[in-house]
Amino acid sequence: MVKKYDAIIIGGGLGGLTCANRLAVSGHKVLLLESHIKLGGLATWFKRKGGHIFDISLHGFPIGMIKTCRKYWSKQIADSIVQLKGIRFDNPQFSFTTTFDKVDFKRLLKEEFSINQEVIDDFFHTVRSMNFFDDQSMTTKELFEKFFPGNDAVTRMLMEPIAYANGSTLDDPAITYGIVFSNFMDKGVFTFRGGTDVLIKAMADILETNGVDVRLRSPAQKILVRDKKVYGVIANGEEYHCDAIVSNANLISTINDFTGASHFDDDFIENVNKVRLNNSSCQVYIGIKKGEKIDYIGDLLFTSTAGKFDSKMLCAKDVTSRTFSIYYPDIRPGTDMYSIVASTNANYDDWADLSEENYQRDKKRLIDTSIDALEKYIPDIRRKIDYIEAATPRTFKHYTRHLRGASFGTKFEGLKVSMELPKQIGGLFHTGSVGIIMSGWLGAVNYGVIVANNVDKHLRKC
Amino acid sequence: MTKEEVRQAVLDIIATIAPDEDLSTINRDAPLREQAGLDSMDFLDIVMELRKRYNVDVPEKDYMELVSLNSSTNYLAPKMADK
Ligand SMILES: Cc1cc2nc3c(=O)[nH]c(=O)nc-3n(C[C@H](O)[C@H](O)[C@H](O)COP(=O)(O)OP(=O)(O)OC[C@H]3O[C@@H](n4cnc5c(N)ncnc54)[C@H](O)[C@@H]3O)c2cc1C
Repeated sequence: MVKKYDAIIIGGGLGGLTCANRLAVSGHKVLLLESHIKLGGLATWFKRKGGHIFDISLHGFPIGMIKTCRKYWSKQIADSIVQLKGIRFDNPQFSFTTTFDKVDFKRLLKEEFSINQEVIDDFFHTVRSMNFFDDQSMTTKELFEKFFPGNDAVTRMLMEPIAYANGSTLDDPAITYGIVFSNFMDKGVFTFRGGTDVLIKAMADILETNGVDVRLRSPAQKILVRDKKVYGVIANGEEYHCDAIVSNANLISTINDFTGASHFDDDFIENVNKVRLNNSSCQVYIGIKKGEKIDYIGDLLFTSTAGKFDSKMLCAKDVTSRTFSIYYPDIRPGTDMYSIVASTNANYDDWADLSEENYQRDKKRLIDTSIDALEKYIPDIRRKIDYIEAATPRTFKHYTRHLRGASFGTKFEGLKVSMELPKQIGGLFHTGSVGIIMSGWLGAVNYGVIVANNVDKHLRKC
Repeated sequence: MTKEEVRQAVLDIIATIAPDEDLSTINRDAPLREQAGLDSMDFLDIVMELRKRYNVDVPEKDYMELVSLNSSTNYLAPKMADK
């Protein structure tokens, strides 16, 4: 007998997990298929001998995550969210520490960059009032030119954190910038005390309580369609039936690989083929020797040796710009371990086709240059390192199956394609990082909720 | 459901979505957004809860009917008369 569910979720990233939970709470019978050996997707961690735990994407998220977690997960999860107070910028144009909120950014614009108060207020007012339905033709570059003409330093302060957070560039629409900026650079940067492992474990427990059937090591291979409607999924060679499918996997693979382009209208597929994926990442994970300490130098450091902000240079293999996340023991209460993660944006193509020998060589170079850069902030870092390892776009592709190792989903146009899936094939939905504004932990969770509402509507009409 | 019951049903839902808000002093004609600190995700939650509890659907184009308690009640009353 083929097992029958109301909804099948493909992928246990934050979007998929949240969507599954919402649907289960709403009374639906839900199956969640995850290809990897653990849930979380890019919200993940790994352990190495010597007691090291490394977080991949726990660098910071906006305050909105507190309310979102309380409503869609639990008060306990929400109560573990704490602010990171020391956010540092250091580059040839400026160097300071900020609390990363609106008040402090306004102060910095005035005191560090001598911008006129009226211009500052007008800028904040303009970006805050931007919304999804606005004119999309203005680029982020044009927005900055309008308010801060020729001022590269201001562009850098306002843009660099967003470029790191979601891969956006100065050529992306000003509205995507405005929406993300107003959420992110508004009330500070927050993190989850306990670490990603504790968060995902808490979410898994809640899913279990709410009756979601979770299968790990279960890659979905095919979405089954009949008469322009979904009816099931094949995963691990096994067939499951359902009335709705939500794919949290890569948007393009969902359409082209799992479902098949022939099931969609030609002009829809034309738009699908125009969707640009966001860049990928490189990371270097540094575990500090047990017993060694690191003096507080800030929580999140946006560092660069480049003369000015440049979207292309940010992804270049010749790394000039890095963020360092410093994890002090209080992130995992009860432990005494320190770790540091250096992150850079990266292009898949720079890493994809290297021979094994060159790949290892370039990984080593990435590690070496990261330690060099870190020495400026922690002079005796070399002596304190116990463990070090690097991840490249290939690593991200391998673990999440995102095409080209995309770290932050798709560019803006991907959102429309994602939202229009159910109009093409009844019962087929997508959730997860997409379109820049639905990106990051908060974006993925909230999009999971939005899509759950659409799925619920679909199911109740079935 | 009578109109008064519909109003209470909406208030009950808001109470679960915004548990920290005092709803007893709500001005029925003024926007809920400011009074109960509701954002667009909260309105989505109201819509999903209405569907779950009463099987009524509020299509996206009608979301603005939920702006105040009175407009919500007036909009929902005919849809919920037989519930
Ligand atoms: C290096 C890096 C740093 C980041 N830092 C931050 C940060 O500090 N703050 C922040 O807010 N965001 C950060 N992000 C972004 C954030 O992690 C992501 O936007 C978010 O986690 C994506 O969630 P998602 O729902 O799109 O799913 P994903 O995390 O993309 O998960 C998709 C899931 O689907 C599974 N899957 C894929 N194909 C299949 C299949 N065929 N069958 C079954 N399962 C499948 C995958 O295994 C995976 O578990 C970072 C990302 C990266 C890469």
